[in-house]
Parts: sequence; C-alpha cells; structure tokens
Amino acid sequence: MSDPSETPAPNQPRLEAAAALVKAELGEDALEEAYLNALSGDAPTLVLAADRVDEAAALFRSHETLRCTYLRNLSGIDCETHMEVIYHLMALESGEDYVLKTKLDREAPSVPSVTAVWPAANWNEREAYDLLGIVFTGHPDLRRIMMPDDWEGHPLRKDYAPLDSEV
Amino acid sequence: MGFDLANVTVEERKELERNVFVGTLEQLKAWARSNSLWPLTFGLACCAIEMMGTGASHYDLDRFGVMFRTSPRQSDVMIVAGTVTKKMGPLLRRLYDQMPEPKWVIAMGSCATAGGPYVKSYAVMKGVDQIVPVDVYIPGCPPNPAALIYGINKLQEKIRYEAKTGKRVTAR
Repeated sequence: MSDPSETPAPNQPRLEAAAALVKAELGEDALEEAYLNALSGDAPTLVLAADRVDEAAALFRSHETLRCTYLRNLSGIDCETHMEVIYHLMALESGEDYVLKTKLDREAPSVPSVTAVWPAANWNEREAYDLLGIVFTGHPDLRRIMMPDDWEGHPLRKDYAPLDSEV
Repeated sequence: MGFDLANVTVEERKELERNVFVGTLEQLKAWARSNSLWPLTFGLACCAIEMMGTGASHYDLDRFGVMFRTSPRQSDVMIVAGTVTKKMGPLLRRLYDQMPEPKWVIAMGSCATAGGPYVKSYAVMKGVDQIVPVDVYIPGCPPNPAALIYGINKLQEKIRYEAKTGKRVTAR
C-alpha cells in the first residue's frame, strides 16, 4: 500500500488550477483556503470570502477550463461558532466536481445569491433561509418554503427553541 | 285474523325467535351505520400504505361495508392515517367540519395518536386529538392490516353500544 504522502493525489492539479484561477480573476482576498476533502473522495474544496461568491459562481460556470454547469447541491450548515454555505458543482462534460464553501457570521448571515448563475439554486436557497435564517441577497423570491409563512424562528439552528412545544 | 301471543305453539315460537328481531329505532340506525362505514381517504404517510393494503383484496375491507370515499361530504368516518404536521392541522379540521353528522374519527398509527417517532420534531403535531375528537386509537407503526380491521370493528361495536345504551362513551 503506497504511502499517501509520497504519491500525489490525482485531484491536486485540478485544485491548484482552480485556486490559481480564482486568485487571478477575483483577487488574492477572494480565496481563503483550498484543500482536498479526503472524506468525500478528495473533492477539490475552495473556501471563498462571503461577498465574492456570486462572482466566483459566474467564473465557475462560464470559464472554459471549469464549465461547471450543474449545481448538484446547495445547503447551509450551522456550526456553533459560524454558519457555512456549501455548493457542490459538477462539470457535466468532463465529470469533474468542485466544492465551494463560505463561512458566514452567525448573527446576521448573508451571502449573495447564485440564482442568476444556476436557476436550480432558487429553492435550495429558500430552504437555507427558511431553516437556518441565511439571507441570500439578490434572490428573486426569498420566502419560506417548508414552514408555514407565519412561522417564527429558524428550526434547524442549534439554538432553536420552539414557541409551541406542547402542540 | 288475530295474532295471539299468549297461545303460540312451540314451532311457531321457534319460528318467531328465528325471524323476528325486536329493538329500538336507535339500534336499527346503529346497525345500519356500523355496517356501512364509509371512510374519507385521509392517508398522509406510511400508514396510508397499510390502509391501502387493508382495502385491497387480501384483507378486503369491502366485506365490512367499508368503501373509501374521496369526498368528505359523502363519508362517515375519517381514518387519519399518517403524520399530521402543524401545517396540515387546519386543513384536517376543515375537512372534518365538512363531514355531515354522524361522524367518527379513527386515529391510525402512532403518529396520529401521539406524534409517533417524530414526537420531538418542531413541525409535527403531537396527536390528532388536539384538533378533532377521536373515537378509536389504533397503535402501531404502521398497524398491521388485521389491527386496522380490529380498530374498525371496535368502532362498529362502539356505535352499536352507544345506541343500545344511549350512553356516550367519549366526551365530545
């Protein structure tokens, strides 16, 4: 069994190319971190600054080396200290996958919407807003999708306390 | 032609006992209602699959007179089969209000009884008896089709008992 520190991971060149492209097109401060996520099959994961996400999304969709036309998943995560939004992208012609993440402030989580880039993000962003309270600026129709419209609170937050616990 | 009950022969008496039933009008109505319970199909979740299985040919419900009606205006009993969420609650109440009297409710499965395995969820109503008065609770997750048939039989017995004794079993 080969030592993982000796043989380079097959996705490393893709990760470095994507990271270099983001830095070149969007500037050094747009990219915070880039690594291969060993737990999900060495997927190239790029952690972006929250306010540059829509530009990075447009880059990933349209650039000829990336061409990620398929947004597989968009979801929000409540880590106790901060919130995250994670985007799973895929280039359908080549089968390559990329993962974009942003870390958000927990008090007022806000990130630009990518609905203009991938229309499939519409309902996923509504779900993240409904259940976690993440506001997606520029979303065409940001309202609750699962809970009733007059619900108070965001149920999947870790500190959610139901107002009607006896019902 | 007179009908003299005092002087009746043994054969005639046996004939009468076989063919003549004596009861109140309430008992007659209860007999008719219990043997022809038409449920409103209110399958919400997995219990609906078991209800379908009970209505299918193996555990036939039609032999009990139970015929599923899709409109609340034409049904007698509402079998709440599945999880009732807080969003669905007002709609369930509206459908119950649309049913004409006399009407009954069967809470099928543990979700309709008390919230079921989702009792700690933020979106699930813990028991349908918070909004409609329930007559029969059937435990199970999901209840076996035989258990559902047992529950329907229990409702039939309840209808006949309430008519016979004039006593309401549950407080409405």
